[in-house]
Amino acid sequence: MTIEWGWFPDHIDEMTRLTADHLSTALSAVFFGLLIALPLAVIAHRFRPLRGFVLGLSNILYTIPSIALFVLLLPVTGLTRTTAVVGITAYTLVVLVRNTVEGLDTVPAKAREASTAMGAKPLRTLFTVELPLALPVIMAGVRVATVMSISLVSVASAIGQGGLGQLFIDGFQRDFPTLVIAGVALTLLLALVADAVLVTVQWLATPWTHKRGA
Amino acid sequence: MLELLKNLASWLTSGPQWSGNAGIAHRLVEHLEYSLLATLVAAAIALPIGMLIGHTGRGAFVAVNLASFGRALPTVGLVTLVFLAGGLSKWPVYISLVALAVPVIITNTYAGMAAVDPDIKDAAKGVGLRGHQVLWQVELPLALPLIMTGIRLATVQVIATATIAAYVSFGGLGRYVYDGLAQRDLVQVLGGAALVAVLAVAADLALGGVQRLLLRGRPASAR
Amino acid sequence: MIKFDEVHKRFPNGTTAVHDLSLEMPEGQITVLVGSSGCGKTTTLRMINRMVDPTSGTIRLAGKDILESDAADLRRGIGYVIQQSGLFPHRTVLDNVATVPLLLGWGRKKARSRAAELLETVGLAADAGKRYPHQLSGGQQQRVGVARALAADPPVLLMDEPFGAVDPVVRTQLQDELLRLQKDLAKTIVFVTHDIDEAVRLGDRIAVFRTGGHLVQCAEPAELLARPADDFVADFLGAERGLKLLSLSTLAGLPQGPAPEGGRWELALDSARKPLGWRDGDAAADSPLLPVRALRDGDSLLSAVNESIASPAGLVARVDADGVLTGVTARAEIHDHAGEAHISAGAAA
Repeated sequence: MTIEWGWFPDHIDEMTRLTADHLSTALSAVFFGLLIALPLAVIAHRFRPLRGFVLGLSNILYTIPSIALFVLLLPVTGLTRTTAVVGITAYTLVVLVRNTVEGLDTVPAKAREASTAMGAKPLRTLFTVELPLALPVIMAGVRVATVMSISLVSVASAIGQGGLGQLFIDGFQRDFPTLVIAGVALTLLLALVADAVLVTVQWLATPWTHKRGA
Repeated sequence: MLELLKNLASWLTSGPQWSGNAGIAHRLVEHLEYSLLATLVAAAIALPIGMLIGHTGRGAFVAVNLASFGRALPTVGLVTLVFLAGGLSKWPVYISLVALAVPVIITNTYAGMAAVDPDIKDAAKGVGLRGHQVLWQVELPLALPLIMTGIRLATVQVIATATIAAYVSFGGLGRYVYDGLAQRDLVQVLGGAALVAVLAVAADLALGGVQRLLLRGRPASAR
Repeated sequence: MIKFDEVHKRFPNGTTAVHDLSLEMPEGQITVLVGSSGCGKTTTLRMINRMVDPTSGTIRLAGKDILESDAADLRRGIGYVIQQSGLFPHRTVLDNVATVPLLLGWGRKKARSRAAELLETVGLAADAGKRYPHQLSGGQQQRVGVARALAADPPVLLMDEPFGAVDPVVRTQLQDELLRLQKDLAKTIVFVTHDIDEAVRLGDRIAVFRTGGHLVQCAEPAELLARPADDFVADFLGAERGLKLLSLSTLAGLPQGPAPEGGRWELALDSARKPLGWRDGDAAADSPLLPVRALRDGDSLLSAVNESIASPAGLVARVDADGVLTGVTARAEIHDHAGEAHISAGAAA
């Protein structure tokens, strides 16, 4: 199996387009995932009985093969990017809901009490104390969800929305490993860069977690 | 929607659907075979590595980031690649499933051992346990809950992903998903997906039982 | 006996934890290593059971260089107690205590019966053995930690701030318990603490360390309090250095006279002649008695000074072992004696 380096210079445009598609699908999914997961997690954290239900449901979702989920969405959303985004969003919920609930668990009761004692209403306490203190754990979830989404997008190639995953199908059909290697490498690179960016964002957003002098 | 569920019910309950080489029973066994073998091989590779990293503390950075790498690795791509390189065999299936499971188990095993209170390890050494005794009598028992979490997570992922076998023309429950996709037969896809989900949940519950058995008698603080 | 000979410890990151330490820890005595954090006291302790090996110099245990022993074998012959006890959370209290006997190949039955016996020795109920560590209070866990260290009857006991994490009342109990055990067992104990009061209470000898791993002074408590080697030691001993010294002498031998009669203050007694309180002759007949804390001969001179100030009559009630009044001692007498005790401790040093 040899890599045909000569293929690359002629296809930079195509690769750029696929990478951009790939990234936008993955990031959309994480964005919508957060939009749904945050309120869901806050509610599940407040009302204990809901907690087991929400976490259990998201765990079962995890066991459904992603390819099947995309296909099952076809009658609703068709062969569109929406199908890919909706499907991947569903998977991000598994991680995002769990981490947000666990993140809120890590908030010291004393910090919450102090905020209440100073006269803050619950919603204000949530936004000024609880969510910021839960941020490290929530961000860990966002990192996992992002990397997972980037990997999952390629599965959506089965419905023609796979971004770099398209290279796997083309490579398979044309028996041309160079395409597949390029696809795998670019997916890994994309995940690595996205993760590094998120680590930096988290570091900047949570100055209180820095070691002294760091 | 209701129509779909009704069709699914009749698909799942019709007798002939369950028998024969293309029957559900046979597909289930195939699926289990791929998943079990892959998870066992992955555990055999990952547990010693995770234990070594956890015990010595060397390579912690690798252990922590390996899970992230494992998640990023596109399984479809890996399967295609190994298939193109090696031709028609089950190697592509096993290699990609093992590659999926190994990082999760290593990371959790390491995390479990790293989470053991250093004071307890210090006391264990201080009363005269040798390195291997600290590992077997203190670190591993205390890391067991997280190690089991890793194995359960890996098992669920492998079972859900073993559908990929059908992509490279082998059997398992993925057959229904890929055939259903090709034939635009949603009932078949839904049936396959449901069976995979049930199998994954059942495996997780079974491993949960094993975990409880291993930890029986322990106080909640050491679970 | 443990003997440090020019022991130096420099960690890979360049910090010197222990600086040319020469020190003897006598057999059957409690040597307390004291100093603020980062002074090398814990490193010194951990070098004795080879949790840390010295960069240079030699440490001898009963005349033998410890580096010649296998580390694990050495540790099995040395009891080790640390802060937060370091108990194994997944093993019952009994199995925790039986750890070292099992390592030494005693057999399960013998190890367990020894463990059960030790739980009693350290003052725990027998059924505590079946519990898990987290089901016990902090003080009880610390007792289990001591029992585990004593399990194989090692001649040497290393204790690294063992009572640092429990509240003051429990700490005092545990200190008393250790002194009681030590009276019977006569182990060679090395005890690390940053609490000078604990050091004075427990130590036969106290070694004061300064940041950077320097040993400044090693002496008996009375000598240390009466004659600190320099300002650093004096500062470390604190402003109540004189009072601490009084805590080391007792009331025994201090003359006593009869309880006062006919004055303003009278000592009320019960039918067994045990003091009940001070009665104020100027107050109404039905007003309550003022509290008295009667002292025995074994009580410290410090408590006598305290009581002489607290007592409205300026008198300290003295009782025998059964609590029966033997007489009273006046404030002036106690203060004179306290001053003399201070001077004589200084002279002995």
